[in-house]
Amino acid sequence: MSMNKKVLGMIFANMHENTVPELTKERTMGSVMFGGRYRLIDFTLSNMVNSGIDEVGVITKSNYQSLLDHLGSGREWDLARKKGGLHLLPPFSHVTSGMYRGRLEALYGVSDFIIRSDAEYIIMSDCDVVTSMDFNPIIEQHIETGADITVVYASDVIDLEDARRSTIFGIGSDGRVNDVLINPSISGAANVSLNTFILSKEFLKNLILEGAAKGLYSFEEDILRARTHEYNIIGYCHKNYYKKISSMMGYYNANMDLLDSEKRGMLFPNNAPVYTKVRDNPPAKYAIGANVRNSLVADGCIIEGTVENCILFRGARVGKGSVVKNSIIMQDSIIGSKCEINCVITDKNVRISDGRMLTGSKNYPLYIGKGAEI
Amino acid sequence: MYTKKECVAMLLAGGQGSRLYALTQNMAKPAVPYGGKYRIIDFPLSNCVNSGIDTVGVLTQYQPLALHDYIGNGQPWDLDKQYGGVHALPPYQTALGAEWYKGTANAIYQNINFIDRYNPEYVVMLSGDHIYKMDYNAMLQFHKEKGAVATIAVQDVPLEEASRFGIMITDENDNIVDFEEKPKHPRSTYASMGIYIFTWSKLRQYLIDNENNPDEDKDFGKAIIPNMMNAGEKLVAYMFDGYWKDVGTLDSLWEANMDLLNPNIPIDLYDPDWKMYSRNPVLPPQYIGSDAKVENSMIAEGSSVDGTVDFSVIYEGVTIEKGAVVTDSIIMPGSVIKSGAVVEYAIVGENCVINSRARVGKRPEDVENRDDWGIAVVGHNITISENAEVAPKKIISENM
Repeated sequence: MSMNKKVLGMIFANMHENTVPELTKERTMGSVMFGGRYRLIDFTLSNMVNSGIDEVGVITKSNYQSLLDHLGSGREWDLARKKGGLHLLPPFSHVTSGMYRGRLEALYGVSDFIIRSDAEYIIMSDCDVVTSMDFNPIIEQHIETGADITVVYASDVIDLEDARRSTIFGIGSDGRVNDVLINPSISGAANVSLNTFILSKEFLKNLILEGAAKGLYSFEEDILRARTHEYNIIGYCHKNYYKKISSMMGYYNANMDLLDSEKRGMLFPNNAPVYTKVRDNPPAKYAIGANVRNSLVADGCIIEGTVENCILFRGARVGKGSVVKNSIIMQDSIIGSKCEINCVITDKNVRISDGRMLTGSKNYPLYIGKGAEI
Repeated sequence: MYTKKECVAMLLAGGQGSRLYALTQNMAKPAVPYGGKYRIIDFPLSNCVNSGIDTVGVLTQYQPLALHDYIGNGQPWDLDKQYGGVHALPPYQTALGAEWYKGTANAIYQNINFIDRYNPEYVVMLSGDHIYKMDYNAMLQFHKEKGAVATIAVQDVPLEEASRFGIMITDENDNIVDFEEKPKHPRSTYASMGIYIFTWSKLRQYLIDNENNPDEDKDFGKAIIPNMMNAGEKLVAYMFDGYWKDVGTLDSLWEANMDLLNPNIPIDLYDPDWKMYSRNPVLPPQYIGSDAKVENSMIAEGSSVDGTVDFSVIYEGVTIEKGAVVTDSIIMPGSVIKSGAVVEYAIVGENCVINSRARVGKRPEDVENRDDWGIAVVGHNITISENAEVAPKKIISENM
């Protein structure tokens, strides 16, 4: 895939962190671990790269050590480039930038970077949606329709909790956005924003500069909602499988979705690989007495016990006689022998001693923080 | 320090590996997959990096495409360096003409200019047919302490196996006083591992003299080492007692993979202090299905298992369907074992399809005459049709 038009990707790594506060205590939303070997930003970044975008800026705010460590030079995404490539944009990275309050203000902080880019179009995306998305048809539609702003949404049925953490679009039969609801208390069928927006560079530049002059800082509130009828805002319906992570439950379910081979196939199509940082782990090892069913297992795991309906991240270990079910075991977490674990999310580097029993429930998984020893 | 490297490694990777038959039909032996996600060359390359050697010349000649592709710019091993790094060195044309590498010594001779660029004190010579984890720097310290011209790494092998190796006869101070190539009646059990460290200024001269002597073999074992010994140079043996396994034959390649599954055999790929690096595939984690049964095995990323896997090494991107059985076998990247197929005591190459109810290999106890038994091998990119049977010991290099 390759872009005919020069497109700059802008990724917001810190947005929506309040929806999964446990996971983002020491990291950005973009560096939340997902699916056995990924961080959430891998999906957005890989979608951009697979769509032929070769210049990406990552805007971050706080807690970004893990993000910088993960992205490095961008080599694993083929973004370590002389021209273009990956640009990390922490606060204070430009003269005008500082701690921002919203998307618009963050963009103002990096306006030099955006203006200097020779891109014609900008794709802005957050890290809270896990999906495989080709940006080429979206850019095409944006150009064809002559939209000021194209917003990507999914038509879905959502519950109250999800709606309260989402932006919902009202969309007319002409495809035009005629209503913007931010965190509404509704449920049912809705056009859910996937927090992905396409604009021309010129249009965005003017928004940023005007926003700075008038003290506007939120793109959703001050632009999309306040100017719904003033601008030509067009929706693009993303029909592929997606999962929006807007709560710990949502995070748990999004991971568990990967045990469904159809969904897994839609998230990891053969022609659009998801890139991530390489860790040089050996293959996973299944010992005598291992009993693994319906689970996703990453390289470097050593399994001696029973594992059912689980996501095991790189370097996780399950000891002899342990039974681990319906759980997410993150990188390098070690479960001793004869443990019973059910509906648990362990963060990185958790140690669970021999014989422990830990049980959460499917609608409220038990979360164990990074580095905890139990 | 952009003018000098203390030690440069030269990896002889041009051999055809003809005893691996179908597996090396289109690829050089060092590019043959090993251990679920590695290729043989990952071991010497990772050993170099872990030993602090950051300049490696890889001498290629036979079917180099897969190997060159795999090495690339050396980044997976941290060998993409401004000065040094890994360099593939195929034979080349000069003003005097072009010639193939005529032997191990000639291969190095033709690359004297490459080595001279780094002006090294020492050169370590490696081969691409062994699986082992070794600190070449410890060997180099030994070489320096002994003040040797050449140090040859040796393993103490059982006497009954000694006649398969080049055997070093040493005195009490580790000096090599004699050596014999595959002796019928070995006088020692110190087998050469094919790992040498030379003092470069000395070796350089021996290579030139060897090249200028038309009567001599252009080979280390047949000419350079004997010439050094005859000239009274100091040659010493360096004892290495870690895991070291030749993977030059189908049986030994199979065994070396199986060794990874044996907890009593000391080849630990999970040791964070001596990581083995490789080119990592971009694939999601492996999926073990609801009907799967997996024990005593290693499986790499992107594989999907819904059948039975026991005592096997499964590489990346392999599919083992529900009802398929894979035991005591090696399945290389991208292959598909369809429902009802049975693979036992076999090596299945890259991107093969073993169709439903096909049988590849047999357990030794199921074969009447033990002489008829051996590892069954299916080469790369081969389809075995439904109900077909690949007998033990058979090597398949065409679709059947």
